[in-house]
This record gives sequence, structure tokens and C-alpha cells, in this order.
Amino acid sequence: MSKQATRVTVNGKAYARIVESRLTLADFLRHELGLTGTHLGCEHGVCGACTVLVDGCSTRSCLMFAVQANGCEVTTVEGLAPDGELSVLQQAFIDNHGLQCGFCTPGMLITLTELLRETAEPSEQEVREALTGNLCRCTGYAGIVKAALDAAQRLRSAREA
Amino acid sequence: MGAKYFGARVTRLEDPALLAGRGRFVDDVKLPGMLHACFVRSPYAHARLQSIDVKVAMVMPGVHAVITADDLPDPMRREPMPMLLPNPAIAAVCTQHVLARDEVCYVGQPVAVVIADTRYIAEDAAAALIVHYDVLDAVGDCRDAIKQEAPRAHVDLASNVLATFRLAYGDIDGAFADAAHVFAEEIWQHRGGGMAIETRAVLASHDPASDLLTVWSGTQTPHIGRRILADLLGRELESIRMIAPDVGGGFGPKAIFYPEEAVIPAVALKLGRPVKWIEDRREHFLCATQERDQYWDVAIAVDADGKILGLRGRLLHDSGAFVPWGVIMPYIAAATVPGPYVIPAYQLDTMVVLTNKVATTPVRGAGRPQAVFAMERLLDRVARELDLDRAELRRRNFIKPEQMPYEVGLIFRDGKPLVYDSGDYPKGQQTALTIAEYDSFRERQRSALNEGRFIGIGLGNYVEGTGLGPFEGVTVRVLPSGKVAVATGATSQGQGTRTTLSQIVAGEVGCRIEDIVMTVGDTAAIAQGVGAFASRQAVNAGCSALVAGQAVRTQLIALAARVLGVSESDIDLEDGQAIAQTGNRPTVGFGELARLAQGIPGVALPVGQAVGLEHTAYYAPSQAAYCSGTHVAEIEVDAMTGGVKVLKYTVAHDSGRVINPLIVDGQVQGGVAHGIGNALLEWMQYDDNAQPLTTSFADYLLPMATDVPTCTIAHVETVNPLNPLGVKGAGEGGTIPAPAAIIAAIEDALSPFGVHFAETPLTPERIVAALRAAGAYERLFAA
Repeated sequence: MSKQATRVTVNGKAYARIVESRLTLADFLRHELGLTGTHLGCEHGVCGACTVLVDGCSTRSCLMFAVQANGCEVTTVEGLAPDGELSVLQQAFIDNHGLQCGFCTPGMLITLTELLRETAEPSEQEVREALTGNLCRCTGYAGIVKAALDAAQRLRSAREA
Repeated sequence: MGAKYFGARVTRLEDPALLAGRGRFVDDVKLPGMLHACFVRSPYAHARLQSIDVKVAMVMPGVHAVITADDLPDPMRREPMPMLLPNPAIAAVCTQHVLARDEVCYVGQPVAVVIADTRYIAEDAAAALIVHYDVLDAVGDCRDAIKQEAPRAHVDLASNVLATFRLAYGDIDGAFADAAHVFAEEIWQHRGGGMAIETRAVLASHDPASDLLTVWSGTQTPHIGRRILADLLGRELESIRMIAPDVGGGFGPKAIFYPEEAVIPAVALKLGRPVKWIEDRREHFLCATQERDQYWDVAIAVDADGKILGLRGRLLHDSGAFVPWGVIMPYIAAATVPGPYVIPAYQLDTMVVLTNKVATTPVRGAGRPQAVFAMERLLDRVARELDLDRAELRRRNFIKPEQMPYEVGLIFRDGKPLVYDSGDYPKGQQTALTIAEYDSFRERQRSALNEGRFIGIGLGNYVEGTGLGPFEGVTVRVLPSGKVAVATGATSQGQGTRTTLSQIVAGEVGCRIEDIVMTVGDTAAIAQGVGAFASRQAVNAGCSALVAGQAVRTQLIALAARVLGVSESDIDLEDGQAIAQTGNRPTVGFGELARLAQGIPGVALPVGQAVGLEHTAYYAPSQAAYCSGTHVAEIEVDAMTGGVKVLKYTVAHDSGRVINPLIVDGQVQGGVAHGIGNALLEWMQYDDNAQPLTTSFADYLLPMATDVPTCTIAHVETVNPLNPLGVKGAGEGGTIPAPAAIIAAIEDALSPFGVHFAETPLTPERIVAALRAAGAYERLFAA
């Protein structure tokens, strides 16, 4: 199997590895770097559990090879609370029961982090549409939607303060 | 009971780690020297296994072993897997070998496993295995399977009929003979999956120093799994530890013990290396058990006022190729039909049939959604035929609260008479109707129709036997650190088990909820356990937590009274301290009490002093706990596309006393989402040769965030008098009546065209086909 060098910055830390060309970014993050917060639910790009930010854009890490991330900046769920304190969005998930088993949660958080960065005041419909790329079997989405709207509100209040 | 936590919307203790990406699921566990497995599976629904050529695969770099049935240890090499729930109606025990020996009976049945350095290499080698099959005729549809000329699902079967049984009471012939009206329906609910977002997963490691085999499995039932594994390996129970760490959703299919849970440990023992297998999504579609496929042929007899006189019919249940969990699903279905209604006479003949598809076992609802769908479709039919309001018809037939406890006249799946312990069904329905603004719906419908929009409303009622035994256990132990250890055989796949049990224990022993150190899903933590299914853990584990917590509270008070020199009645327990309510209120911490309770080496304990501050309680309920509820769905149908949008969804739910409303609301909301999937989206399709066609999330649709509205949920609490917490189960009620309410609403929306539906899922193409057959489009285009 052919191998290639790849350099990637994950959650602010630079890594250089020689990996098989066919290694997915998800498996690279999980098994090479030990960042197991990114989960795999379908490996065919529908469930969204493996969603990470690549150069700021939400991306299916199961549908991308690690070598394609060469030179990119990747953010995973572990990078959302780097100093150990949960982000506003993560805290809103606790307060609004936005997770049950927690398996889809990392992908949900990444998708919503992107949404809240780009849309300060999303409507419920905008939140739901943003989430159509992420499946959750436990919650029926109500807590997730509520958490996103709550987080948006808290972020707006923080900005105004 | 500690009021501080019980009944409060306590946020979950599980959340912070899961949100930070610090959960610990099976695939997150990495052991030194760990190898990876890929299973080789039958591509045919029915075939004779002729030969397996492993030569090419074996010499591929990085491959450590290719294991077929003959390479396995006894007894699993020869013996099939056990059937967990025997029933005298079952003609012949029909379970599979962990790796197929001579015959494969469904697509995906495992025939070999490849072990390699990485999963990538294992998959390469699995593709290089050459397996010769002699393809046999397969039977995929249970209606075909009962025909005399049908291919047999297994070559040695005389008949595909696995079991027949009748559930009945009352004078059924008399009821139908005297009835003013009799209406019949043919009803179909097709199979779907649990579809937890985390697929199944197994990791096994043997430590030769201690001879301990540790198995991590994404299972709902580690104690049961360990027992089965011990039998299949011929090992002592005590030399196996099974751990269900964080598990990414269960929904029933993970309650089953699977072949992979036996093969991976056997291979780890054989190779002396840890071995991991993570199911991929396609395997989950092929091999994880499914549910629902049932055909109902039922009739209802009513008097001139719509009062039910009797209900009878036949139920045909597709069991798939094997029966790991016996016939409990069709049994539960047959016992759930009467629901909240007075039905003087009842008779249902059930036939359970083998086909060449993956086995059916409980999926959230477990036979109940089908039963409720049959009952509620019949009632809607009666209402339509007699021109009665659907809610009014149900009101006339409800069991009244003053009739509780109500004996239905059947034996439930727990082996006990079906006796509803409590419930107020008329109040539940009225609560839901009021919130849903049912009375003003016809006005809403008329104005929508004037705008060319088709909206409809539907309702569904149910009674669900939850909290099934045999038991669950909880150990509570005060630690020298002052914290309180809690261990249970209950498991968590997202239900918040840690939080709810912590609420109960913290309230009893008087500690802070964050000072509970909880172990769930680990056979090393408690001797006996059962696990998660049948919405049973709040009743079984919850009551165990209560009893164990009370016992430790008594021990704490006795010891603290002695230490502080006051009477026991003067001791209060609060925030991990015992406080005397006399003098200058001296205190002693739980940590110090825990050390004192260990005694001094060689010195006799004071008389009456219990050893340690510890108690294990195994609560065994006397019977099922019957929860109930009413769902009201308001939906809109796009007549041109057949698209359905759920506009508003209301639930009135009685799960007895609510331990944590945050968590129960989440269970209900999530259950409704599953029900919406069953009603509108989830269709596990097979071709005529029983070949699965929908094996990705692109083909088999799960509900998305835009498909599921936020439900309005009301708790109508009637206390369960049969257990000390007063609780009933809450995990499945959200799913059970959802298809009944939604399909009724669709039918109501399209009532101008007179279309009738008696099946799920009701996909857009089926709605359009029905509208076309009813001549709807000629009318719409003419308008």
C-alpha cells in the first residue's frame, strides 16, 4: 500500500505523519492521533457523526483521506473546549438535554459551531436545516435545537455586554 | 425520599465527558498488541456452505489468522447459540452457530473471520477468501412461507411455521353473533431496525497472569452476555468480565447476544492477543436484528353505540431465520391489543413463521406498536362507519380509573396475569386533546382546505407493560474518601441511568449527587445483573437503588449515633455528613464513618455494627408496570407529492412518578421520532430472493431534524402501587402509538378523497398511488 507524508494541524497542534494513502481522515484522527471524540456512525457520509472542521468548514472526516488534509487546519470536538471549560454551546447542550447516548454529539457540536459562527440569530428552521446532515436516533432533535437557539442567545448577550 | 433530587430536572452527570469528546465507547479502547477483525458473511439468503479456501488470504502481509467454524473451541464449534426465552409453543429450537457450519440462512450470516494488523488489511483479506456455496431457494415473505410448496427457510424443516398460539378470553362467538356491526381490517407493519448511531462493537483481551478474559461489548445486557459466553467457551463465569462502556444507543437490537460476541473472545484466547471488531453500517443492516414485520387480519364487533363487544383475528409474524429471543414479540403484540379499552371477548391466533431474513427481536416498542396500530385502526374505522367522533368513541370504551386494578383476562409475557396496576386513561386522553386543541381542529381543517391545504388529526392510545423482571441489582457502598460508590447491573445506552440512580441514592443516603461514583454495565462491579430492555430499569434498578440506599442510610445513622454519642433519632444525614441535632451539633463525615465501619484488624466489632457501610439490593417486581398514554398528531399532506409534514405533536404520558422530567421528556421525544420513522420513512426492503436492498442511510431513511417537531408533553402521573418508587417505564411509550396517530391523521387529511390506509411505513409513493386510485388527481386538476 502506498504511503504519503501528511502534515496537518489539529486543534492548534501540528502533526507530521507518514500514512497509507487510503487512510481516512476519521481513522487518522481516531487511531493515529488518539482523538477518539470524532465518531463513525455510517462511513458513507450520511449520519454526520464524524463531522470536523477542515479550514473552518464542516467536513465528513469519513469521506476524506488523511492525505487530503495535508496542510489543513482541522478542529475536532476536543478542540471546542481546549482549556477544559466547556464552550457556550456545550453548556447549552447540558442545560437543554441536547444529548442522550452522546455518540452523534461531536458531529452535532461541530455543525452547530459552524452555524453559530456564521449566523448570529438563526431561526429554529435554520437550525433544523443545518442539522439535516447529522442524524440522532436518541433525542428526536428537540433538545439539540433548543440548545442551539439557547447558545445563540447567550452568545449574542455576551457580545452585547 | 430525598426531595432534593427525586422528581427534579437534574441535568445529567453523563454529559460533560461526552460533550468534550472524552466518552469511552468500545472503539475508543486501544490495547497494546491489539489485532482487528473482519467477518466474511454469506452473500446469499439461503445456501449450502461447500468449502472455504483461505490460502490466498492467509499469506497476505499483516494477516494473522483466518478462522472458520472448525477452528473454534468446543462447545461453540458444534453447539448452536442458546435461545433465551423458551416457550412451549415453539416447535423446534432454531438458533444459529456462531460461524456457519453447513448451511447459511440469511444474507450476512457469518461464515469466517479474518484477523489482521489493521481493519484495512482484514478487509482486503476477507475479500480474498474464496467461499463456495450451493445456492438454495429462499423464502423472504412470511405470507409465502406458510404455503405448502414454499421453500423451507432451513433445509431440515418440515414446515416454516415455528409456533402457533392463541390468546383468548370471553365468549367471542357470542360477541360477534350479537353485534350490531362488525368491521374487518387487514393491517401490515413492515420491518425496520434499531439503527443506533454507534454500530455493534466487541473487543476481547485475555490476561494469562490472572486467566481473566475481558470483553468490552456495545451491549444492553453484559451479565446475560457473560453467561452465554461462558457456556459457549466452556469457561467459568468468574474468569470472564464483560463491560458495556459508553454505548451509543441501544433500542433493543443490542440486547441480543450475537455470534461476534462469542467469536472475538474465542479468537483472542486462541491468538493470545487482544482482538477488536467494529461492525460497519452495512453489516448492521444485514446482521443486527430487526422488527415489526407483521400481518394482521382482525375484526371488531360493536353495538349500535360503538361499544366494543369483541375483537378477534389472526396475526402472522415474520421471525426471520432464527429465534434468539423466542416468540416474545408476537406474544407481547397479542397481549397489547386490548390496551385501555373494555373488550368483553377477545381471541387472537398467532402464527410465527421462519423466513430467510435476519432474525426479528425487540426494537423499541417490541410488538406493541403493531398491536396498537391494529386496535386504533379498527376504532377509527368504527368511528367513520358510525359517524362518531374518534375521541368520543374511545371515551365510551375506556377502562375507568375506578376499575383499577383491571384484570384484562390474559397472561402477559412476564408469566403473570395481565392486570393493569393503575392509570387514568380518560384523563390522559382529555389532557392530550386539550393541549392539541382537538375540539377546534375541524375549523382549522376547513380554513386550510379553503387554501387548498390538506391537514388532518389523528390519535392513538396505548397501555404498555414495562418494568419487566426478573430483577435488577444495586450495591451502595460508602467509601473511605467520603464518596458513595454505586454499582448496578443496569446499563446505559443514553437513558441517563447514572443520573437517575444517583438522584435516588443521593436522596436516600444524604450525599451530594456529584459525590456518587457510579459503575454501570460491568460484570465485575456486581454479581448479578440483567440489563436494559422492556423499559425496565427505572422500576427494577430504581427500586434496588432505593432499597440499598435506605439500608445504608440506616447503617450510617446507627454508626454516627454511636460515634457522636446521641440517639439515632437525633442524626441527620446531609451532604456526606452525619449531623447531630443536639448540643453544638457535632458532625462526622461519611469518610470517617466508612473507615470506622471497617473495624480494627483483630478487634471484635461492637455488637450490632454492620460490616462496612454497604448494601446490595436485588429488586424483583411482582409483575409488569403498566404505563399508558395518548398521542395526538396534526399533519399536513402535500397531495401532489405525497409528502407528509408533522405540524404539531402532543403526548400525554403516564409513567407513574417521574424521577427526572428532563430525562423522561427526552425519552418520550426520542421515542416519538422513532415512531415517525416507522410511520413515514423506515423501510427495510428485500427482493424476492430475500436479498436486502436498503443497506445504507441513503436508502433506508432515518428521521432528520426537519422531520420531527418538538412535542408538547404532559405527565399524567398515577402512582404505581406495586413498587416503592411508584414508577413505571418510560423508554418506549413515545414510539408505540405514534404510527397509529400519524396514519390516522394522514387519512383524516385526505378524507375528501376517501382513501384508507392500514400499513406502515406510508411513503409518499404509496400515498400518491392511493390518491391516484381514488381518482383524486382528476378532481384536483379539474378544480
